[in-house]
Amino acid sequence: MAKYQEGALILSHEMIAPALRKLVLYAPQMATTATAGQFIHLAVGDDSHLLRRPLSIADADSSRKTLTIIYKIAGKGTKQLATRQKGESIDCMGPLGQAFTLQGEHPLLVGGGIGIAPLLLLAKSLCPRPSEVLMGGRSAEDMIWPALFESICEKLHVTTDDGTAGVKGVNVELLPDLLSKGKFDMIYTCGPKPMMAAVAQLAKEFHIPCQVSLEEYMACGIGACLSCTCAKTNGGRAKICTEGPVFWSTEVFD
Amino acid sequence: MSSKLSTVFAGISMKSPVMSASGTFGFGLEYSDFVPLQALGAVVVKGTTLAPRAGNTGHRIAETPSGMLNSVGLENPGVDEVIKHILPQLVPYETPVIVNISASTVEEYGLLANKLSRAPIAALEINISCPNVKQGGMVFGVEEESAAAVVASVKQNTDKPIITKLSPNVTDIASMARAVEQAGTDAISLINTLQGMVIDIHSWRPVLGNVMGGLSGPAVKPVAVRMVYQVAQAVSVPIIGMGGITTADDAVEFFLAGASAVAVGTANFANPRAILDITQGLEDYLSMKGLDHVSQLVGQVKL
Repeated sequence: MAKYQEGALILSHEMIAPALRKLVLYAPQMATTATAGQFIHLAVGDDSHLLRRPLSIADADSSRKTLTIIYKIAGKGTKQLATRQKGESIDCMGPLGQAFTLQGEHPLLVGGGIGIAPLLLLAKSLCPRPSEVLMGGRSAEDMIWPALFESICEKLHVTTDDGTAGVKGVNVELLPDLLSKGKFDMIYTCGPKPMMAAVAQLAKEFHIPCQVSLEEYMACGIGACLSCTCAKTNGGRAKICTEGPVFWSTEVFD
Repeated sequence: MSSKLSTVFAGISMKSPVMSASGTFGFGLEYSDFVPLQALGAVVVKGTTLAPRAGNTGHRIAETPSGMLNSVGLENPGVDEVIKHILPQLVPYETPVIVNISASTVEEYGLLANKLSRAPIAALEINISCPNVKQGGMVFGVEEESAAAVVASVKQNTDKPIITKLSPNVTDIASMARAVEQAGTDAISLINTLQGMVIDIHSWRPVLGNVMGGLSGPAVKPVAVRMVYQVAQAVSVPIIGMGGITTADDAVEFFLAGASAVAVGTANFANPRAILDITQGLEDYLSMKGLDHVSQLVGQVKL
């Protein structure tokens, strides 16, 4: 799969929750080839923060030639990124990494926090399969996702830690009940690692194949620096940037 | 590439004196989507050991002001795999390939050199300066006798030019350089990373899984320029200067300090085309200064 480095024009960059930003980029080469689960590696634009930031693709529109990124301001790099304005150009590498494998007739998507972002393009790509989405977040304030998923999934299940939106609690608590009632034949998950480990464990118990999307600090993003490798269950190691970020759960979780 | 940049370094003909720094460019192939490898002075590949190594666990990098720490720990597939499956893929690019080798005993260094002596490579770079592995690595590079023993062992096992990569984590870089020159190294490269540490103030834990790591990037450049200058005063073998080179201007400083070639490391992560941009910028600089050849810069710092 071809990888590109292009200066992408910022078409819009808006605040969608106190710590969440939506970035729409005009990136003709990447927008026409990107698939769900892949990421772009983006230069935040100042000399002090040398390293690019790997950000998952929330939408790719091949007719408008745009990529949409929804990210959380989590550290200095994303804080710097948030200062970039509409009309500026931003240096991007991509699309990078292995995408989700689209298969199964009744998919369940399980997302936590900012890990919900890549599930947007996934849900869109899975249409017209009747997918259900289980999402969890801290509170109503950052639970901006339901409106974005409404038209691209069959059913939504929402939890928040403080109960200000959906069911109070964490999303995986609803999972055993969903899995025993539903006819799911594929689970996709992205979010905090403990959440994905719990999802992978339940997937195993219910004999449903599961794909997970991992993250790690990255430098090159293209398999050269070996910063982001993870242990595999077979004893080997995998580069999250090129062999992932999407793995079968059994490859990386016991 | 113009003749202004063509260089013969330690007997190796290069289109330009700008190459990749080991550990920052994989085996070169990873970058081939972004950079025509044939335009590089040389490809210096990832540190290679006798047996495959899994490297360190936990976070392996941490960004720091104008720099980064890494503690990869020499993850690599082992020399046999490198010779059998990786080096042949680099042959079509017709660019000199330099293999960086690392070991935990003097004998192992010799064995590695021997195995690689028939491979399609231009030279060996001896890594006696990796700060991220417990055994070997830097321990050889901070003591003159053991550094010399490693160089001699490699020299006995190969006819290829050998470049010894020095650690900056020493009190007297000039005597280290003299020791490896006397032991027969054909060239010296420096600097490897400076040992550093970052602590997460929320968890109170080190950010890196291996606690400490090696600092690289623009933050280390003045230290590197100083050490290249000191080594150039001390030895007559040619020097590959590296440490934070991000632009052609940075590279010029290293030539003026006494390097005959330069290597680009961390900058590749920020910009996969960094080596090309620096090569082009170097050519522009020479034209601007009315110079015919890059060698006219070497060691020309005016005191």
